[in-house]
Amino acid sequence: MNGIRPPAGMKEAVIKVRDITVGFKDKLVLDHLDLDVYRGEILGFVGGSGAGKSVLMRTILGLLPRREGSIEVLGTDMVNADDETRRAVERRWGILFQNGALFSSLTVRENLQFPVREYLDLPERLMDELVVAKLEMVGLKPEARHKYPSELSGGMTKRVALARALSLDPEIVFLDEPTSGLDPIGAGAFDELVATLQRTLGLTVYMVTHDLDSLHTVCDRIAVLIDGKVVAQGDMNTMLASQIPWMREYFHGKRSRVYQQRAMS
Amino acid sequence: MLLEGRAEGDRLVLTAGGAWIALHAQELETMIDSQMAGEGTFRRVEIDMGRIERLDTFGAWLLERLVRGWKSRGAETNVYRLSSVYQPLMDEVRHVNPEAADQADEEYAHERALGSIGETIATVGYTVKANVNMLGATIAAFLRVLRRPRDFRITSMVHNIDNAGWRAVPIILLITFLIGAIIAQQGIFHFRRFGAEAYVVDMVGILVLREIGVLIVAIMVAGRSGSAITAELGSMKMREEVDALRTMGFDPVEVLVLPRILALVIALPILTFIGSMSALYGGGLVAWLYGGIDPDAFLQRLKDAITLDHFKVGMIKAPFMALIIGIISCVAGFEVKGSSESLGLQTTESVVESIFLVIVLDGLFAIFFASIGM
Repeated sequence: MNGIRPPAGMKEAVIKVRDITVGFKDKLVLDHLDLDVYRGEILGFVGGSGAGKSVLMRTILGLLPRREGSIEVLGTDMVNADDETRRAVERRWGILFQNGALFSSLTVRENLQFPVREYLDLPERLMDELVVAKLEMVGLKPEARHKYPSELSGGMTKRVALARALSLDPEIVFLDEPTSGLDPIGAGAFDELVATLQRTLGLTVYMVTHDLDSLHTVCDRIAVLIDGKVVAQGDMNTMLASQIPWMREYFHGKRSRVYQQRAMS
Repeated sequence: MLLEGRAEGDRLVLTAGGAWIALHAQELETMIDSQMAGEGTFRRVEIDMGRIERLDTFGAWLLERLVRGWKSRGAETNVYRLSSVYQPLMDEVRHVNPEAADQADEEYAHERALGSIGETIATVGYTVKANVNMLGATIAAFLRVLRRPRDFRITSMVHNIDNAGWRAVPIILLITFLIGAIIAQQGIFHFRRFGAEAYVVDMVGILVLREIGVLIVAIMVAGRSGSAITAELGSMKMREEVDALRTMGFDPVEVLVLPRILALVIALPILTFIGSMSALYGGGLVAWLYGGIDPDAFLQRLKDAITLDHFKVGMIKAPFMALIIGIISCVAGFEVKGSSESLGLQTTESVVESIFLVIVLDGLFAIFFASIGM
């Protein structure tokens, strides 16, 4: 679909998850799971509520401890990396949390500059100009930068959070349910924005989502998580062809009928 | 080398190379600025981007700035051999216009400076209005409930009396006991110089019954129960529970506010009584152990020193203070907006405001009682 796809056979996995196991007390959430995310693709990650989609994302990000397995991001072994190496990788990814996670005591401008101040030593003027540039990129007016997160609407919050995720020009962007809480028009616009930015900046996007629309329009590849394992991955047609009951229900259910029709025509 | 320049007559040829990314942004900016600071005037500027390895937003913006800089000096500027991969990024950056944003900013700055003063004044006015409004609404709800006593939420009120009254007893006992003891100790220590230790009993008695007892209790209740009420109502407001009530045809003031305020109005005088007794007990104990005034003498002296008026003055104030605490904490609770940040803000505000007003009210009562000779 969209984006710069590397030539076949030359796929570079920027995230490599092998044999990962995560659990809470005696409940196993991820069970020896494997997943690859390739450079320049938009990967949509789906699964039932509570299936552990966010758990996997948080484990990759290092927010949750894993029991077994290895995680490699941008060629770095994240499990055994020391703090310095970890920080070097963290500089190269950006995360859009589900509710934005904008710092409520900082203005939009300060929110966007926060990671920049931490990692780079840039003059104020350049940082201010870049805030305007990033806001422009996510489709917001420069006036927005003096607002506090509490003054932003849902859609604007998501856009600002995306701008913050992009503030260091990362190579990988993690999006946790980016379109949840947005109306269909807003969600569609956000999908388009993600696709455009992916093209413009050559991003790799890891998107946890429930939105069939997003899966259909922007995702290059979809991975399905059931019972702690990735049971299927591939494009929309692969998903529609699957015989796994949960997937049949998910992709062939009433709510997705529209897409099948669209896919057939 | 990130950027190299070479002048050829009225033509400047700039050759860019390496990674124009965030990591090198500072270095790049210095180079570009020094490039622009140079004296020479050129008719044409050519920027060769052929040897760029990587370009991100930072690099793209700096390139755009360089181009704009030369263009504004009237030089014909040309960027060539830039990889087509980066073309969308350059197109994006071309729309950015920080100067326009800065101008809008400056106008904004004046407005903001004046705005904050006006806003503060308006807020004070608004708060006064909201509190008076709430007082009126509560009285109206109370009168309605008097006509239809069945509608009164007695369970809620009892629950709130339990929370604000019964559960506060231990801490109130402890604090007022200590305050009574401290007043007595200080009194004995200083009065001893004039040989007037016996007057400590007068001082403790009058001070505790008229002022300290009710004031300490009211401040404790404001901190303990006022904040709880604000937090409760605030979180209900956040989760739209208050709106849900309203749509079901209930009056939030009647359902939520009235039981809480009545509970405070009932609990605070009782706590004041308990607190005053505890303070007298503490004072008496210290007078005995530290001042050598035995309990019989203390009680006899106390009987002579105080009249019923002193006790009444303290007790009359209690329900009014309860009313103020209740009104302010309920108003603050309903003021909570969507964020949990505003919940914290309103809770702090509720406590500060009610303590302040409790003390102001105490002062007004002091004037009032003095003028009627009580």
